[in-house]
Amino acid sequence: MLLKNTYNEFVKILAKPRSYLGIGALTLLIGVILFAMKADGGSFISFVTASFEQTLSFNGNILNGNLIGFIILQMLIIHIPLLVALVTGDLISGEAAMGTVRMLASKPISRTNIVLSKFIAGAVYTLILTLWLGFLALIVSKWIFGTGDLIVLNSDGLVILQEQDILWRYGLAFMVAFLSLLTISTLSICLSAFADNSIGPIVSTMAIIILFTIIGSLDVSVFDAIKPFLFTTHMASWRSFFEDPIPMSKIIQSVVILLAHNIILVIIAIVKFNKKDITS
Amino acid sequence: MEKETVIKVEHLAKSFGSFQAVKDVSFTVSRGDVFGFLGPNGAGKSTTIRCLLSLIKPNAGSIELFGKSYSNSRSEILSKIGSIIEKPDFYKYLSAQKNLEIFARISGATVSKSQIGEMLEFVGLAGRGGDKIGGFSHGMKQRLGIAQTLLHQPDLIILDEPTTGLDPQGIVEIRNLILRLKNEQNKTILLSSHQLSEIELIANRMVIINKGKSIVEGEVQDLLNAQELLVHLEVDAVEKAKQVISAHFNNAQFVGETATELEVAIEKSQVPNLNKALIENGVQVFALEPKRKLEDFFMKIVQS
Repeated sequence: MLLKNTYNEFVKILAKPRSYLGIGALTLLIGVILFAMKADGGSFISFVTASFEQTLSFNGNILNGNLIGFIILQMLIIHIPLLVALVTGDLISGEAAMGTVRMLASKPISRTNIVLSKFIAGAVYTLILTLWLGFLALIVSKWIFGTGDLIVLNSDGLVILQEQDILWRYGLAFMVAFLSLLTISTLSICLSAFADNSIGPIVSTMAIIILFTIIGSLDVSVFDAIKPFLFTTHMASWRSFFEDPIPMSKIIQSVVILLAHNIILVIIAIVKFNKKDITS
Repeated sequence: MEKETVIKVEHLAKSFGSFQAVKDVSFTVSRGDVFGFLGPNGAGKSTTIRCLLSLIKPNAGSIELFGKSYSNSRSEILSKIGSIIEKPDFYKYLSAQKNLEIFARISGATVSKSQIGEMLEFVGLAGRGGDKIGGFSHGMKQRLGIAQTLLHQPDLIILDEPTTGLDPQGIVEIRNLILRLKNEQNKTILLSSHQLSEIELIANRMVIINKGKSIVEGEVQDLLNAQELLVHLEVDAVEKAKQVISAHFNNAQFVGETATELEVAIEKSQVPNLNKALIENGVQVFALEPKRKLEDFFMKIVQS
């Protein structure tokens, strides 16, 4: 029954226009970035490397697909959560708003299975969005700008990664980025179990992300104890794969915290939906 | 042979915060019944039906369907039920066919595409399966809702106010569909309504609920065609009319009166004699309106 209902969820997601909004918006945003880089990427690079030019000499194709991919990922990882929440925040509450939840919940399928099938469908949608991001950010960028070594500016300084040392880093970085976005998906599905309208969970998800991001960026000691446990603190962990050496313990800690968030949020959603009186 | 009990509800109660939607509802539905669940708006019908479908958890009382309870046989029970609760809502962005496929997949039975087509034909929507629900009228959605309830060949069909919001033609169409289910497929049907006339036309048994309590339950024929009627009289002299009635009809009971009107409970067979006796004794009768006691009782509930 779980598989059958998960299939149902895919049918519904594929038929909803808003599902394509995210993919369309992502394509448009990356298109704009690629156009800007093609038109005036040289100035952008010069601005970044200017402070190092007295001590270092940069040769070769610095403005390559690897660098553009990194820039795109860094720029969009903050905005993609909205595109994810737009679809996943509607998965349970949208059924309540439409009235279909009472038809769904009066069928011989457990409420736990209803939530789990929506979580799986949301996860697959998030994966598709992440893969599309990867395709546009890396493959299309390389096709337009060519390939080369990757120069990354970290807080410690410049890191230069050789061309043959980059692809696997991107692979792992996209996996962690997917886990970050999956946490957003799970959060919005969880909030969706509490609401009877579509907008509430989407807005609430974004409000929580903004609130946690602000708390995480405030240099105030009162928040120091909770910062490591906020999922927003770990959303940029993918970036650690472009450090040398890679801080694996830091990444593993982030992965564990993000996974814990996902598990806890799914459990909350299941408990809430099972206890809920369906009156809509 | 005693018929199998399909639904057994005992002392059901449900509150939402301080509001007690259902206080004490009990009734029994047997296999093959078309059971009318009658009550005015706000009586607690929909809340009771949602409890029957495990959408709402009751605070007190018990529900048994097919001799089992939801606590240990939820999937088994729901696989035998088809339902429309209030109004059938579907995924507007999907076609009728796709909607039925979605609900068929989780109905607990294997339903082929050809069966879905047959069901669309049964409810008069043949050739509309590919159309998106967004363009369907309320009546078409109701008929599609009935198709959805029948997909998995359920033993019990629960229809919550299926004719609400329909035009007269739509009401007749839905009523005929329900009668076909009763006559051709011998389904057990629970039908809620706030209209006595609707229940009278379709149901063989019924319960009346009001303010969250079940008031009367029984065979529709017994309850509605009772031999005792309530006769509303408009006369020129109420006291004289009372004397005539008391003298001629021993079992007559006076229920109410005003300066020119009188209500009297009397046996159905005596109504013609009542009129005759009043006229022969010089009482002018301006109006004589016999009502069935239950109908009058229900009208008073609705009006209150």
